Amino acid sequence: MPVEIEENIKTKSGNLRTEEMILNMGPQHPSTHGVLRLELQLEGEVITKVIPHIGYLHRCFEKHAEAMTYPQVIPYTDRIDYLASMGNEFGYAVAVEKLLGIEIPERVEYIRVIMAELQRIASHLVALGTYGADIGAFTPFLFCFRDREKILNLFEITCGARLLYNYIWVGGLSHDLHPDFVRLAKEFTSYFKPKIKELNDLLSYNRIFTERTANVGILPVETAINFGVTGPMLRGSGLKWDLRKNDPYSVYNKFDFDIPVGQGLMGTVGDSWDRYFVRVLEMSESLKIIEQALEQLPEGDVTSAIPKRVKPPVGQVYARIENPRGELGYFIISNGTPNPFRVKVRGPSFVNLGVMDELCRGHMVADIITILGSVDIVLGEVDR
Amino acid sequence: MIYDFFLKLFGNDVLAMLVSSLIPLFILVLPFTLVAVWLERKVSAHMQDRLGPMRVGWHGWLQTIADLIKLIQKEDIVATDNDKPLFNLAPILVFAGSYAAFAVIPLSSIFIGSNIDLGIFFIIGISGLVVAGILMAGWSSNNKYSLLGAMRSAAQIVSYEIPTILVVLTMVMITGTMNLRTLSEMQTGYFWNWMIFGGPDFGVAKFIFIPLMIAGFIIIYISTLAEVNRTPFDIPEAESELVSGYHTEYSGMKFAMFFLAEYANMFAVSVVVVALFLGGYQSPFGYLGNLFNAHWLIPIEQFFWFVAKGVFFVFVQMWLRWTLPRLRVDQLMALCWKYLIPIAFVNLLIVGIITVL
Amino acid sequence: MKEYLNNIWMGLTTVFIGMKVTLKHLFVPAVTIQYPDEKLTLPQRERNRLYVNMDDCIGCDQCARACPVDCITIETVKSLPTEDLGKTSNGKKKVLWVTQFDIDIAKCCYCQLCVFPCPTECIYMTDVYEFSEYERGNLLYNFITLTPQEVIEKKDNFAKFEAEKAAQKATAAAEAAKKKAEAAVNPEVKKTIAKPADKKEPGNEKPNSSASAGNNTAKENVNSNINQDKSSEEGKN
Repeated sequence: MPVEIEENIKTKSGNLRTEEMILNMGPQHPSTHGVLRLELQLEGEVITKVIPHIGYLHRCFEKHAEAMTYPQVIPYTDRIDYLASMGNEFGYAVAVEKLLGIEIPERVEYIRVIMAELQRIASHLVALGTYGADIGAFTPFLFCFRDREKILNLFEITCGARLLYNYIWVGGLSHDLHPDFVRLAKEFTSYFKPKIKELNDLLSYNRIFTERTANVGILPVETAINFGVTGPMLRGSGLKWDLRKNDPYSVYNKFDFDIPVGQGLMGTVGDSWDRYFVRVLEMSESLKIIEQALEQLPEGDVTSAIPKRVKPPVGQVYARIENPRGELGYFIISNGTPNPFRVKVRGPSFVNLGVMDELCRGHMVADIITILGSVDIVLGEVDR
Repeated sequence: MIYDFFLKLFGNDVLAMLVSSLIPLFILVLPFTLVAVWLERKVSAHMQDRLGPMRVGWHGWLQTIADLIKLIQKEDIVATDNDKPLFNLAPILVFAGSYAAFAVIPLSSIFIGSNIDLGIFFIIGISGLVVAGILMAGWSSNNKYSLLGAMRSAAQIVSYEIPTILVVLTMVMITGTMNLRTLSEMQTGYFWNWMIFGGPDFGVAKFIFIPLMIAGFIIIYISTLAEVNRTPFDIPEAESELVSGYHTEYSGMKFAMFFLAEYANMFAVSVVVVALFLGGYQSPFGYLGNLFNAHWLIPIEQFFWFVAKGVFFVFVQMWLRWTLPRLRVDQLMALCWKYLIPIAFVNLLIVGIITVL
Repeated sequence: MKEYLNNIWMGLTTVFIGMKVTLKHLFVPAVTIQYPDEKLTLPQRERNRLYVNMDDCIGCDQCARACPVDCITIETVKSLPTEDLGKTSNGKKKVLWVTQFDIDIAKCCYCQLCVFPCPTECIYMTDVYEFSEYERGNLLYNFITLTPQEVIEKKDNFAKFEAEKAAQKATAAAEAAKKKAEAAVNPEVKKTIAKPADKKEPGNEKPNSSASAGNNTAKENVNSNINQDKSSEEGKN
């Protein structure tokens, strides 16, 4: 008996190892922006590995698309990234129109650009507001949502819905602009400019905010390119890559706007503050585009090019657009029937989430929230 | 004076003592706490362009009472693995620590709960009870997150007591007394006699003191903000990181006690800061009682000014909460040890030298 | 040392700037609308609950086919030639009784795809958004204006009508078959029979050509001709 105990003690003291603690930031957490499960392996307070577990919001979009006709897929595409629905519809419409090879009236293109840019502002407002709320500043969250209400009102008078629009159809739009739209949109642009300055005063340059976000989650450019990261994350790391300039679609080549890039003003290039600030600057660039588009808006009929039956020839197409979160791509295979054979969505949040492990190594638990907020994921896009 | 009044009434000194020490509690602190909760919700709402509670009573002023009734009738959940004596004792300690500080605070020139010569020292000592209570709450909850929150909170409170004590020491050096009543008495006259503007003695020293006093005021305000766990120092209660920290596991009346204790604590520290720097219960402009020759009016006026100044600083605390984001734990500690303490020391040295000269 | 002082200065100034913003907002009137007492007026194109005006519905099933989530179920019954169902508001004549028009509003995704194909614009989206129910079954909306007895009656009528027609057809065909069988015995009638044979589809020629030899030739010819006549009759119908 004494020998047993001795042996036990020997093995116990010989096998002294510091166990890594596994902490689970479960699917229901106030700050994971949806149902995302992050499994953290910690050593003390420092993170050694992050494993994201996804799939809690999988709704079989790609399988549904095979059973619907081409126009019927559009309400489903709305729901992939529910905070930027116009972007999703836009990408799908561009893809199917490429497959069909039809020409679209110019008015339709301009209106699509206006809607997409308004949607970009709305989506960035949500991202910035919730980012501030995670960090602890509750007031900018409400200010951002109040401004977003104005944009949603603009959408509501045009197509009747505030969040999931079914507005951009294959070959055109479902309704023409409301007669009051241009006037209200101009009012919005003049209302919103001082609000960006207010947001900067309250949050962006605040010392505590910069202390929390600068030098946290630094993403070097090579890592970003290797992981396939796109959107404000890539631009925050210093690379000037935007599909609206590098691979123009629709009428973006007619507008004069700048691509904001992270410059490491408050810390190193590619940290969370850079990604956050790129989004703030993008909002003002979008305002510029909207103003120019409203000036140049041509007349025309928005429903004239919508085909009666969408039956593309056999073939496949990959079309990509610049979603507020990155490059949204649609790969559609058609086999000549009214239903698509395969619709694959390349969701930017899904690809951006893959770089979480690289970003979080060596940081503390409190920084995970900061980094996750700056990646700006929407679980609908990650899981589809 | 109120003690004498009750002594005459009851004839029994123990009873008189009891009643006169409970008075500040029931006429000031408890109603104030209830009002403070409502005030916080309305202030935060209007700063965020919304309305806050509007339905329960006129503009929602009965909302706190409704919440309190709801909390009282909730089930008191005690998990099986909790350390029951500690679990039940923790909210009581926190509550008691916060409310006991009011014993030595002068509400007006005729009323102070207990006129001991160790005023501020007593307050700082009693705040230690709060630390013990928080640690007990975190440990006995048997919850990883609560324990983390409690330890952080304890570390935060203990570290931030040091700048507080250093600034208090500065004031004690200048005025030579720890009794809050005497301190307030010294700042009679108009507002330029307040300590923040250099003190009652006129002279060159007064003008040299002003920047030092302002620095000291800012330091003590920030440190006391950290002591009551308010944003930007509310890591222990951070919702998005630890889901409510050390009082996650509490429900019902015990949670209500933590909640009320927080607001009472806020009031206590803001009142202490006011007493040290801004003249306690003294009016900035002279008394109406003096103007009309009604000397009985003066204590009431003083009480009014006392409450007004306290409420103003509580409002500033709320204002800061809704403006600033949260500091991370290590940044919090860095702020305390690398910035506040050295500056407080330098302040102490310079004031000390000037006082001696 | 310089950075230390800079940190302190930046810390204090940015905090004060932020506080100024919040204080300014303290005096801005709130944007909240007290909901049950005040309600927003919704724009004209608002997409909330669906409504079907059954007077205009012709039962064409376009909306059910356009729906991406299959929340509309329509069943129709042909009306008798004697019945007059009236016209829709834009002049179309209605010929179908709509015996089932259910919309499961719990499934509806409010996409508006059913509104566009309707030829009479009888299905449209209203601005009603307060239609919560305590029972989930109450969310299955029935829009038909016929009572259940009427539905059964219409179906019976149609079934009877079909049965009568079928019976008539059967007797007529039997008589025609008799006549043709008698005529097939006469050689003159054979020539007239050859005419429909010209119009025959290639698929039907096979029994004729294959059965060219044998005693059964005439009968098979007659049978196949009878089949051909029946199908041409039905084609006319």
